[in-house]
Amino acid sequence: MAGSVKIFIPCDAAAISVGADDVASSVVAEAARRNANIEIVRNGSRGMLWLEPLVEVETSKGRVAYGPVAAGDVAELFDAGFLEGGDHDLAHGITEEIPYFAKQERLTFARCGIIDPLSIGDYEKYGGLAGLREALKMAPAAIVDTVTKSGLRGRGGAGFPTGIKWKTTLAQQSDQKYICCNADEGDSGTFADRMLMEGDPFSLLEGMVIAGRATGATIGYIYIRSEYPHAIKTMHKAVEMFKAAGFLGGDIDGSDTRFEIDIRVGAGAYICGEETSMLESIEGKRGQIKVKPPIPAISGLFGKPTIVNNVLSLATTPVILAKGADHYKNFGMGRSLGTQPFQLAGDIARGGLVEKAFGVSLRILVEEFGGGTRSGKSVRAVQTGGPLGAYIPVSGFDVAMDYEALAQSGAMLGHGGVVVFNDTVDMAKQARFAMKFCEIESCGKCTPCRIGAVRGKETIDKIIAGEDRAKNLEILDDLCDLMTDASLCAMGGLTPMPVQSAIKHFPEDFGG
Amino acid sequence: MAALINKLEHEGARAICSRHGNKPEALLEILHKTQQADSYLSDEALRTIADALNISRAEIHGVVSFYHDYRREAPADHIIRICRAEACQAVGSEALAAHAEEKWLTPTGGVSADRQIGLEAVYCLGNCALGPAAMVDGELHGRVTPERLETLVARRVDEAEGA
Ligand SMILES: Cc1cc2nc3c(=O)[nH]c(=O)nc-3n(C[C@H](O)[C@H](O)[C@H](O)COP(=O)(O)O)c2cc1C
Ligand code: SF4
Ligand code: FES
Repeated sequence: MAGSVKIFIPCDAAAISVGADDVASSVVAEAARRNANIEIVRNGSRGMLWLEPLVEVETSKGRVAYGPVAAGDVAELFDAGFLEGGDHDLAHGITEEIPYFAKQERLTFARCGIIDPLSIGDYEKYGGLAGLREALKMAPAAIVDTVTKSGLRGRGGAGFPTGIKWKTTLAQQSDQKYICCNADEGDSGTFADRMLMEGDPFSLLEGMVIAGRATGATIGYIYIRSEYPHAIKTMHKAVEMFKAAGFLGGDIDGSDTRFEIDIRVGAGAYICGEETSMLESIEGKRGQIKVKPPIPAISGLFGKPTIVNNVLSLATTPVILAKGADHYKNFGMGRSLGTQPFQLAGDIARGGLVEKAFGVSLRILVEEFGGGTRSGKSVRAVQTGGPLGAYIPVSGFDVAMDYEALAQSGAMLGHGGVVVFNDTVDMAKQARFAMKFCEIESCGKCTPCRIGAVRGKETIDKIIAGEDRAKNLEILDDLCDLMTDASLCAMGGLTPMPVQSAIKHFPEDFGG
Repeated sequence: MAALINKLEHEGARAICSRHGNKPEALLEILHKTQQADSYLSDEALRTIADALNISRAEIHGVVSFYHDYRREAPADHIIRICRAEACQAVGSEALAAHAEEKWLTPTGGVSADRQIGLEAVYCLGNCALGPAAMVDGELHGRVTPERLETLVARRVDEAEGA
């Protein structure tokens, strides 16, 4: 009898949310009925989320994609000979030749969707562990140097150079240092951290061990938001397996490096994505913001030097160590080097994850990759950078997606989220929501944010009701300026960004 | 005296604290596990946890009230959490929430009269390309239409009644 046919069905939460588990059960049942010899691999997602559940069949020509597959389609797919890559209405040919996928530059997400997320064998076969093995041969300062030269900047939002942060912590004398991975991913329109943790969890663990080796930290925490039950489960299993394989604990891979990782789960608070708030939360306290300085790199968790890095920042360091700083910085432009996993969301025909070198235009992301709206209506606005990011009108779509170019146009990159709105959107309502979200999620420490958000919402209500519009728009503008200048952290400090950008680009929605 | 102490004591919470070495930094985990077991955080549980971790009750209340996940009252039998953040707003989550409020006759944040259905708002479930997103009893769903939401909830209710 011929060997079994490998069938890939994602275990990614997004895929499961539209029926991937049911599809997997159907495939198993149908194969049994037909006496077909198959092996199912639950991979991560390829990031072509509009095609989920995306089922792939391994053939001699490569993996052939079918999607979106419903449980009810499975018998028909077997009839169409999908075990040999047969044609069908749901077939898309070889997965890696689908333009959406083929046009990407995948470094951070190189393995996601390809491997079994919880197979260390797969991980290594597809390039995993090479970065760590390189790092274990290097002195800490040399690792820091490589990360600095690569140009890698924090992917959590602020874009701070990762190597410089690591250098600060390396320079501290302390009996204990920590690496805290920020997996709070609270921004609407973002899911890259989740996809990576579910699809290639070892890359994050490898990155954390590298960070530990580079800075002298021996304990790591991954702070995952509670809204991500699948990611939490996968990361727990991954930590156990990594430990069992000798890549956590003492004498890692035969070296003198020791590193341990623990997982902490958030409790539903957007503000806990801010680093000082997250550290308070890991200590078991209210997630109230702390005044900086001191910065965490000098005095963080339990008062010890602590690296706080986003999931993507950490998970990108293995490929930098494996392939060298030059390889990484050859992607991108200006001071935004390397690649960014952009996340296309909202009313978009082809929503998903697009990893591209910095500098790609917003238009290419929304139109070429995204294919316009899912609803068929026309695009009116895009919000980049999460709930604290600006709304951009279609006339602004030629902006290059890099830290500086976006900042210059009054917007921000943030964690790489791109949320598309169609022409039915009411921008005054979106502005009101920005204030309401700030009201709900404010940590309450400073007045400009705590009181400002409530005032802001009330003022926008008056504008919407048509009450003394000119005067109230002026009050709102002053309030926004105050929040920008006087808030203690970016929650209150950036909430004006969506509000003021909405008023600026869409005055007609505010009675202008 | 013994009776009084017993009334204030919550054995389950005490055991959870002990499994976490009675360490104050494990407070969030302890609260999560206690809530998982009881479905909410009772006065007895909080008192016991404060005692076990040797922290003040004010401190514990401060933490519990800070985080949206923790409940101080028994929830409905089934919990629907509809994502109300921007990417889901862009594909109709507000209409979905309005439909749910009408169908189960409760405002968001409340429970239906028969206490079967609790309706909550959540801000992003990381499923922003396949919105509107919702969680029904902790299970994530994407591309949720009003009809699909009703089917999903009915299935949960039937499963619970069949069990
Ligand atoms: C309100 C607020 C929310 C934030 N949320 C997140 C988050 O969910 N994930 C994240 O990595 N960084 C978040 N940040 C940024 C962190 O404070 C911090 O800059 C980041 O985790 C550092 O890691 P990086 O340098 O690798 O980006 C947030 C900041 C603010 C002000
Ligand atoms: S700006 Fe808001 S979230 Fe930030 S410290 Fe002030 S009150 Fe807290
Ligand atoms: S905005 Fe609804 S899941 Fe992210």
